[in-house]
Amino acid sequence: MPLIIKLLAQRIALGLILLLLVSGLIFAGTMILPGDVAQSILGQSATPEALENLRAELGLNDPPLQRYIQWLGGAMTGDLGTALTSGADITASIAKRLSNTLFLAFWAAIIAVPLAIFLGLLAVRFKDRWPDKAISAVTLASISIPEFLIGYVLMYLIAVKLRWFPSVAMINDSMSLGDKLSAIALPVTVLTLVVLAHMMRMTRAAILNVMQSAYIETAELKGLNGFQVIFRHAFPNAIAPIVNVVMLNLAYLVVGVVVIEVVFVYPGMGQYLVDHVSKRDVPVVQACGLIFAAVYIGLNMVADVVAILSNPRLRHPK
Amino acid sequence: MSEPLLKVRGLKIGATVYPPGEKPHDIDIVHGVDFDVQKGKVLGLIGESGAGKSTIGLASMAYGRGGVKITGGEVWVNGRDIMQSGIGDIRKLRGGEVTYVSQSAAASFNPAKKIIDQVVEAAVEQKKFSRKEAEERARVLFDKLGLPDPQNIGDRFPHQVSGGQLQRCMTALALCPEPDLVVFDEPTTALDVTTQIDVLMAIKEAIRETGVAALYITHDLAVVAQVSDDIMVLRHGNMVEYGSVDQIINSPQEEYTQALVSVRSIEHEEKQPNGDPVLSVRNITARYKGTQFDVLHNVNVDLYPGQTLAVVGESGSGKSTLARVITGLLPPREGEIEFAGRTLSSDLAGRSREDLRELQMIYQMADVAMNPRQTVGTIIGRPLEFYFDMKGEEKRKRIIELLDEIELGEEFIDRYPAELSGGQKQRVCIARALAAKPKMIICDEVTSALDPLVADGILKLLLELQKIEDVAYLFITHDLATVKAISDNIAVMYQGKVQRYGGKSQVLSPPFDDYTDLLLSSVPEMRLGWLEDVIANRKMESAGN
Amino acid sequence: MKNIPISAMIGLFFTALYFIAAIFAPLLAPYGMAEVVGDVWEPSSAEFLLGTDNIGRDLLSRMIYGGRTTIFIATAATILSFTLGSVLGFFAAVAGGWVDQMLSRFVDLVMSIPTLIFALVVLSVMPVTVPVLILVMGLLDSTRVYRLARAVAVDIEVMDYVEAARLRGEKTAWIIFREILPNALSPLVAEMGLRFIFMVLFVSTLSFLGLGIQPPEADWGGIVKENKDGIVYGIPAALAPAFAIATLAISVNLVADWVLNRTTSLKGGRG
Repeated sequence: MPLIIKLLAQRIALGLILLLLVSGLIFAGTMILPGDVAQSILGQSATPEALENLRAELGLNDPPLQRYIQWLGGAMTGDLGTALTSGADITASIAKRLSNTLFLAFWAAIIAVPLAIFLGLLAVRFKDRWPDKAISAVTLASISIPEFLIGYVLMYLIAVKLRWFPSVAMINDSMSLGDKLSAIALPVTVLTLVVLAHMMRMTRAAILNVMQSAYIETAELKGLNGFQVIFRHAFPNAIAPIVNVVMLNLAYLVVGVVVIEVVFVYPGMGQYLVDHVSKRDVPVVQACGLIFAAVYIGLNMVADVVAILSNPRLRHPK
Repeated sequence: MSEPLLKVRGLKIGATVYPPGEKPHDIDIVHGVDFDVQKGKVLGLIGESGAGKSTIGLASMAYGRGGVKITGGEVWVNGRDIMQSGIGDIRKLRGGEVTYVSQSAAASFNPAKKIIDQVVEAAVEQKKFSRKEAEERARVLFDKLGLPDPQNIGDRFPHQVSGGQLQRCMTALALCPEPDLVVFDEPTTALDVTTQIDVLMAIKEAIRETGVAALYITHDLAVVAQVSDDIMVLRHGNMVEYGSVDQIINSPQEEYTQALVSVRSIEHEEKQPNGDPVLSVRNITARYKGTQFDVLHNVNVDLYPGQTLAVVGESGSGKSTLARVITGLLPPREGEIEFAGRTLSSDLAGRSREDLRELQMIYQMADVAMNPRQTVGTIIGRPLEFYFDMKGEEKRKRIIELLDEIELGEEFIDRYPAELSGGQKQRVCIARALAAKPKMIICDEVTSALDPLVADGILKLLLELQKIEDVAYLFITHDLATVKAISDNIAVMYQGKVQRYGGKSQVLSPPFDDYTDLLLSSVPEMRLGWLEDVIANRKMESAGN
Repeated sequence: MKNIPISAMIGLFFTALYFIAAIFAPLLAPYGMAEVVGDVWEPSSAEFLLGTDNIGRDLLSRMIYGGRTTIFIATAATILSFTLGSVLGFFAAVAGGWVDQMLSRFVDLVMSIPTLIFALVVLSVMPVTVPVLILVMGLLDSTRVYRLARAVAVDIEVMDYVEAARLRGEKTAWIIFREILPNALSPLVAEMGLRFIFMVLFVSTLSFLGLGIQPPEADWGGIVKENKDGIVYGIPAALAPAFAIATLAISVNLVADWVLNRTTSLKGGRG
């Protein structure tokens, strides 16, 4: 079997194993930690009988391994159980919210990724000159402020003072795409800002790293112009690091979404998760945690797969 | 005389440096240099590191690496002052009229593109040839340069050919656009010595056949003597001497040039084995953890007290592995090491403090062999403290004695490694080894990272110290000139085996086996016509092809 | 100390200012932390420099007390994360073999879940108290420190001077403390600054989500949560912590940058 296929198979298998272990970790994190779920739900004043009934209802008296296998089996067949607080089917609740979250993340990525790569290239092109310095300063500022505060600052300036967009991002099925986009304009802007800085800085570093290679000097000494040097010689080697940067930042975006949804009262996964953490609704928290982790692991895996596929040493073995 | 192809007048080159903790400032690298290169002639630029020779070479393409800028003077190519040219004209010059061959072809080829695409790129871009013509030309050049399968080798990727082959491809890349001038920047330095002469010969032939002019930059006078018509000797950005090859090699005028010519002329009389060996390597076979093949096969050598055994071989010969086995870092699969009359534990952990003290080591890269956070005093003082329990004034006195032995003054005691030159660093490493009062020191390529004159000084020092301290050296090197200079016994290693072993005069006298012959004949000699003689007379092709 | 660049001086000055304000909060704050002293969301005045909050407490006083809480928790979590991460990281690098494998793979596993998500999962079953917060944040973050410490130590470990020390017969403790640590210190100290900022952001985020510091205790994230409803009425009280967090973070960043630059310079030298 060619080495490249072997490596790809290994990487994908590793991703799946990681996901399995992560599901175990999430399950263990909620079940085996000192906090007693039944106690947390019912509070300190609960009677012993009520606690016992709830434990039986939740299956808390079964051995942990058995409960884990049941939970995992359910999760793999699309059954994530029912929420403790409302009794609603978790899979159904999540489906709607997940699509809302992906809608938000999609538009943020569509804007942030090309913009970040463009600005990263700009920073490289004008290295140590004012565009580069301006970009570094913005980066420093934006990694120094938490996402939710960027959200409120923008909300205060754009929604409240200028009244360009609504301050909350409520969307529903009856809205047209244009209405939806107008509703999510602010959260998309904030998310873009949040990932833009990191992505720009990492793109800049990745391209600079390639630009310092000796073969770039060879290309320059062939009399090629800056454009040809970058597109013919730097770009083919920069794809893997840039894809890596993009994937890492999309993974970061997934986490940013959680907070931003709360700020803009957006009906997505993040808000669903935070609400149910406060309510100590463990099955919902587990389900959401698993989905977020799966997206995160998946994106990291894509980055590695692209890196393997774009490595000339692996594509053209000796 | 006709107008020269390249005319350089008063060339000054500077750079902006960013020293830590200080404001960035400009320094001068080259302080006004004049020279000419006539059509079809080769000028050798020679000097130690920091002489500014590569910088001058690149200046002929109006190119400065990093923060390097041409600050003054004129550079005329084909009757045009390129300092006054616009960027468009400079781009036509680069890759069209003047091309470049770098030291590391492996780094200079784009790993993501086929060799042929990179070789023809400049010729096509500069509209010298059509793509088809350029490819045809490239194949002819591949053939001329002695590359195997010249029709198809271009379809490979850079990582699919060997280092020696890639260096030839780089030469083809430079010659493909039919330039007037090629800048060769240490093109053979990174290659093994036996590969070097083949590449050197290929370059020389290609220059002769195409009639191109060249600037040949190197630190090795013996190499440049083989390919150049004229030589310019540079030091610290100034010209020292400029003349024909014959004049520079046979009657150098300046003291510095004389030193360069006579480097490695250390006389060392071979000593005969005396008494029992201090080190006996017995039937050693070894492999690295997790690998499937042996790097050393049944190696046997002896080292006698106060003498030097040189272990010589090319990269991959197993010579450094042998050092790791002797130090206990790599326990062998078979065989044993006898040292000072006792059998050493094969594993480092099983050796006594006395074993460790009596067997010291000096490394190739002195920079990384010393902790950058420790002063010279701490570095040399630690073995005194560790093995002899010396403290305070007693320790300080001994450190100063040792500094004196390595010809450094008392003032070095509080300096950090970063404040020392390359040669001084290696001297401190020698003092650290001597501080343990060892019976034997393993010297692993201790001079190969140094400039020739500095290396010479280190070798002389080592010989001097051997007399005073009566210490034995196991000297690992790829450089036969070094071997000739200092050894009593020699072991030639090839593919993990000892190919030839014995006293210096015996090993270096015919009849030779084929490999030893190849290795010996590959050492550049400081005389004209040496290269042709070697190619005509050797018995075996080098493996790097 | 005369070679401190101006940016690092500014950074040091403001960082010190925030820490002093945190330590002496009760002396500096004009009113009590939970004391209702005015109307809801009064604008700034001579009496209330930053105005009042959503139930009429002095915003400046709450900011000062809030800073104390935030900085205390972030510092404690950083110390925990740092001690644990770097000790284990060094240990893994020097020990090598299966110890290294076990630790590193476990850290990979924990790092494959986003920190915030993992924290939320754990906090859904744990009581939200200050020690629990410090513990959860410190433990999760120690994985990042572990990675860095291990990487730095592995780089140093392969240096010839470490091999030379081994060949001399030095003990593991000497190798860790005398050969590796002095060379690893500066990148680690710089990283400590970044981890501290991350902790400030992290605890603020948790409090904002209602899963960190519980009212009536004040912290910067909580102040945003309490006053966020004012935003839509054009009352910027919720933005005060933005200013505080950003200036603190930038100051610490400037200091960390300087420490890091100073390090690379020492290695460079004349080589």
